[in-house]
Amino acid sequence: MELKDLYRDVILDHNRRPRNFGRLEHADARAEGHNPLCGDRLTLSLRLAGERIEDIRFEGKGCAISTASASLMSEAVKGKDRAEVRRLFERVHALLTQRDAAAGPELGKLAALSGVREFPARVKCASLCWHTLNAALERSAATVTTEAPEEAPLGPAGRMAGEP
Amino acid sequence: MAVTRHEAVTTREAEAAHEAVTTHEGGNAHPGGTAAGAATVLDAERVREDFPILARTVHGRPLVYLDSAASAQCPRAVIRAVEDYQMRSHANVHRGVHLLSQEATAAYEGARDRVRRFLNARSTREILFVRGTTEAINLVAQSYARPRLGPGDEILITALEHHANIVPWQMVREQTGCSLAVAPIDLRGELDLEAFRARLTPRTRLVAVAHVSNALGTILPVAEILSAAHARGIPVLIDGAQAVSHRGIDVRALDCDFYAFSGHKLYGPTGIGVLYGRESLLAEMPPWQGGGDMILTVSFERTTYNELPWKFEAGTPNMSGAIGLAAAIDYLEALGLDAVAAHEQRLLEEATAELRRIPGLTIIGTAAHKASLISFTLEGIHPHDLGTILDSEGIAVRTGHHCAMPVMEFFGVPATARASFACYNTREDVRRLASAVRKAREVFR
Repeated sequence: MELKDLYRDVILDHNRRPRNFGRLEHADARAEGHNPLCGDRLTLSLRLAGERIEDIRFEGKGCAISTASASLMSEAVKGKDRAEVRRLFERVHALLTQRDAAAGPELGKLAALSGVREFPARVKCASLCWHTLNAALERSAATVTTEAPEEAPLGPAGRMAGEP
Repeated sequence: MAVTRHEAVTTREAEAAHEAVTTHEGGNAHPGGTAAGAATVLDAERVREDFPILARTVHGRPLVYLDSAASAQCPRAVIRAVEDYQMRSHANVHRGVHLLSQEATAAYEGARDRVRRFLNARSTREILFVRGTTEAINLVAQSYARPRLGPGDEILITALEHHANIVPWQMVREQTGCSLAVAPIDLRGELDLEAFRARLTPRTRLVAVAHVSNALGTILPVAEILSAAHARGIPVLIDGAQAVSHRGIDVRALDCDFYAFSGHKLYGPTGIGVLYGRESLLAEMPPWQGGGDMILTVSFERTTYNELPWKFEAGTPNMSGAIGLAAAIDYLEALGLDAVAAHEQRLLEEATAELRRIPGLTIIGTAAHKASLISFTLEGIHPHDLGTILDSEGIAVRTGHHCAMPVMEFFGVPATARASFACYNTREDVRRLASAVRKAREVFR
């Protein structure tokens, strides 16, 4: 367990200067994430163009891991469609919880989160924003389509298997 | 220690008759109290040897345990008392005529009397064993408040309370239509006593306050609270979870109506706690839970309830927990509560001074009278990041809202880091804490 694996420069940078921080007016979807254990709160707002995330902002108070994770996520998902976001979350989730998960090139800067898995108490900090994004997307799916909601890609906005 | 196993179970003598307490005169203090007139000094290095867990390392570094306000560690005397009971005398209590049941009953009821003496209660009928402070407060909420209160009635608490002294009253509010009033605190984290008095109204039916704030360390003026409430005939419950390990509690001198605490914050086991209740109040309260042991006779038509205190102890109780708690009280009194309190206050002063020197560090809760805990924030570093960095240095502190979200909201912080000091902490622990906090600043620079 090495502190510098957790607090890499990319993480510290995104904590200090979070990207896409704030609130979108006229958002198509919003969701609030809350970690009752530590009191961290995160609000995401999304603007959607069909299936695609056109713009995303987040605001809230959290630790360095949760702030940096949300900031990195906001950069990574902008311009991606729901299916791409779902695949990305699956990769990030594996990175956060599986000891042998390799950080492939598709993760880009998100690979900086790989140190989190050595700190089980902090995995939820990193995954909170992804669960919140999932909830926002589900909610928008429920409001913008008249068809049966598609199968929830990652379950309700709670924890996934493997998270402590 | 030449104590036979049998004695260890059935007597309540301190196993660790202590040499760790010395007087300034140089002689040994009497176990169970301070030597007359002599200021005692605790030798924390000696005390540490009584706590096996303190010998372990964390992430390759010697453990610095500064989370006793969440749960204190057990001395060997407690671990042995529980082990001896389980190895030798365990059986169900109050039931069998066989020897083990008699021994278990004697040990369990002996533990009750040990608690009675610790609190200076009049009678063991006033000592109820429960799971912990939370259960004690819920018992009073459901058995005292719920049957008596209705719309228009009020329960008065303070803005400092732990969730365990908020939520049970909110449940009573839902059940009865009564209301919940909250006495405010100031920016130092002290109760505004005038405002508290002003909130006592003809409709106030119960006051429930912490003795010591778990989030800030503030020692509340319980004597003033009690006299103000009693002047109006209002009973008072004191949540003593954070107080019992720091000061002697005398429920008769306090003249409180209910006093609740947990064993595991008093160097005892988890899952055991105590509700002291004034006998005249307990006698009128209906049982809270039904089951075995709390009855005298049962038929399908009618059940008669047992005497106090067993009326409130349905089912097989936590015998080993009670025995462990009694051993913890023996241990603490052998150290001397005054010696422990003086030692902790010195650490509190040193840590406060040491931490104040760190740029960007803010101590949350600066009451004039505090128990030995320090809640703090560090500019630019979230408490969870700080907690992780301290952990990597082998230092255990609590980070989060400390089950006191209204307190966090009052101070405008989502969370704090909290270091709490117990009988086994040393100046070296304080030094390592301060040095690790400085390291955190380096990491986040």
